[in-house]
Formats: sequence, C-alpha cells, structure tokens
Amino acid sequence: MLELIQRLFLREGSASKDVAKERLRMVLVHDRATVAPHVWEALKVDLIRVISRYLDIDEASMDVQLQTEKDAVALVASIPVRRVKRGPLPGGGEALGPGVGAAP
Amino acid sequence: MSEVIVITSGKGGVGKTTTSANLGAALASLGKSVVLIDADIGLRNLDVVMGLENRIVYHLVDVVEGYCRLNQALIKDKRFDNLCLLPAAQTKDKTAVTPDQMRQLCKELKAEFDFVLVDSPAGIEQGFKNAIAGADTAIIVATPEVSSVRDADRIIGLLEAESMPPPRLICNRIRPAMVRRGDMLGISDILDILAIELLGVVPDDESIVVSTNRGEPAALSQGSRAGVAFRNIARRVLGEDVPFMNLDETNGFLGRLKRMFGSTR
Repeated sequence: MLELIQRLFLREGSASKDVAKERLRMVLVHDRATVAPHVWEALKVDLIRVISRYLDIDEASMDVQLQTEKDAVALVASIPVRRVKRGPLPGGGEALGPGVGAAP
Repeated sequence: MSEVIVITSGKGGVGKTTTSANLGAALASLGKSVVLIDADIGLRNLDVVMGLENRIVYHLVDVVEGYCRLNQALIKDKRFDNLCLLPAAQTKDKTAVTPDQMRQLCKELKAEFDFVLVDSPAGIEQGFKNAIAGADTAIIVATPEVSSVRDADRIIGLLEAESMPPPRLICNRIRPAMVRRGDMLGISDILDILAIELLGVVPDDESIVVSTNRGEPAALSQGSRAGVAFRNIARRVLGEDVPFMNLDETNGFLGRLKRMFGSTR
C-alpha cells in the first residue's frame, strides 16, 4: 500500500535501479573491451600474415584498434595498401587452413 | 578433501572481512577445522572482527620470513578449538610477501585444516595477487551498487586470466524494501550482469555492526538474519543444497507497520 502511494506520488521517470543497471551495462562494455597486450600483438601478427597473402601492405603505418561506441565494440583497422598482389596465390593457391588463427 | 578459498571483491568496504570471519565461524560450528588468513598486510582487521586482537604474538610475515614456526603464529579462536587465525602484519606492506610464499603457506595449512579461508585486501595489485596465489577457488563479495558490481566484473576477468575456476558470488547488504521499490539492484540484476554462480545473499543487517563492535561473528548469534545467511552459505560451501532465504519475511502485518513508521529499511 505504502509502496503504491510512493509509486504514485514520488516516482518520476524509471526506477533508479534500472538507471544503475543500464549504466553498469555501458561501463562494462568498455571495461570488457580491453585486450591484453600480448593477445593484441598476436592478433596483429596474424592479421598481417593473412592480408599479406593477397595485398602488399604498409605494416609500419597500419593502425588497428578497438572502438567502443555507445553500446557496442568494433575492431577498426586502417591498413594502407601498396598494391594488389597478382598471379597465383602463394602456397599453391589453396585457401588457408583452420590453423591460421593460431598465435606464433 | 581440504580447500583453499579466497574471499575477494576488488572494491573495498563491501564486507570481505566480515564475510571471512562469519564463514569461518559458521564452518567451524559445523565441525570443520578452519584457518583464516588475513592477507591484508599493513591493514590488519580480521583479528578485531574475530575479537582476537589481544592474542597476537607473531604474524604472517614473521612466518614467511622464518622468525617463527607456522604453528606459533596461529591464534586459536575463543569459541571453537577447530578455528584458527593467521593474522596479518600491521607494520609491513604488501610487498613483504610474494605469491610463491603464499602458495607454500596455503599448501602447509591445507595439510592441517579442512578449510583455509584467505581474506583478500581490496584492489588488484600485489596484495590481491598474493591472496589468490594459493587459492583453489574464489568467493566474490559484492554489494548492490554500480561501483561494486563493476569491480566484481573486473575481478572475475582477472581470476579467469589466472586460470582459476569460475568464482561464486555473495551479494552482501541487500535491502529488500529498496529492491522492491526498484531503488536497488536486485539479485537477478546482478547475476544478469556478472553471469556467475550465486553462493549466498546477505541482507543488510544492523546486527553485523553490533557483532563487529563486540568481536563476535554474527553467524554465531541466533537472532541475526545476516547470521542465518552466513550459516546457509557455509552449508552450501559444504555441498548442501540450501534454498535461498526469503528476504520478504517482514511482509506480515507487523512488518508492514514497521515499514510504515520506520520506513528507511
């Protein structure tokens, strides 16, 4: 009863715990988006290896980062391409097998 | 089978030490042999919560530095023969001990006790790393606040990175009336976010303040609701399937009256 009265007269907007939960969600999207430096390095090495099979890229000015928008995280990579490789693919033209993702 | 359990939280002031003392006392009252390690070197507190501050001769750092034998530093509890405390040093800092030394210490204690409970300091630095070094499992204490839940999430990540098994959660200082009003994160909200197993729910209870004043764990006093919650947690740690407490017990006529007139709780 008391709660009902409180809800009728005192409440404005949503309950504060909903605000808390939403804020927590947001903050954790950012917190959880941190990747350990060694994992990050391994990811970059793998990326370079795969892309270099098809494109001649400028590794020095490559920029890879995680960008957090309001409620999502994206992997954003800016990789300058020097030229597109022609001719048969190295390694006999087969697509890379499942072992590609393994860190060196 | 003995077990080393670390009680941790990231954030300070959420009830790690109170939880350690009460869980230790409750497990001891159930007949298990328990040693509590105060790993908060430099800010020793578990001794006062347990009411054992006057009995300290040696401490954890004395043991690892070889100034005394392990058994000389263990303080027997006043109430239970099967409950001991290894106090922290008050004059040293966290760097006085290494994770390897803690691992060795926990191993030795594990051979003598059913449960080794490690009360972790707040933070994620060396003190925390020391506290988790020798632990088999972890219990995370969190209060229903944004800051506490956020820190708990970080701790879960760090424990995972150390390849520890998934920790279990104790939600401390829940105020059921506020949860009902929608003004406090409820258990389901917190579990939604942290996605770990719930080990217990402890209501916010004045009896904790009173029992801490006296240096007597609330888990040993019959009238305390928080004490009941801690005894239930101890039974769950022992593998018993204990239903979670109904926090709405004050819903009767009297409870409603009480809330109307003293409606802060």
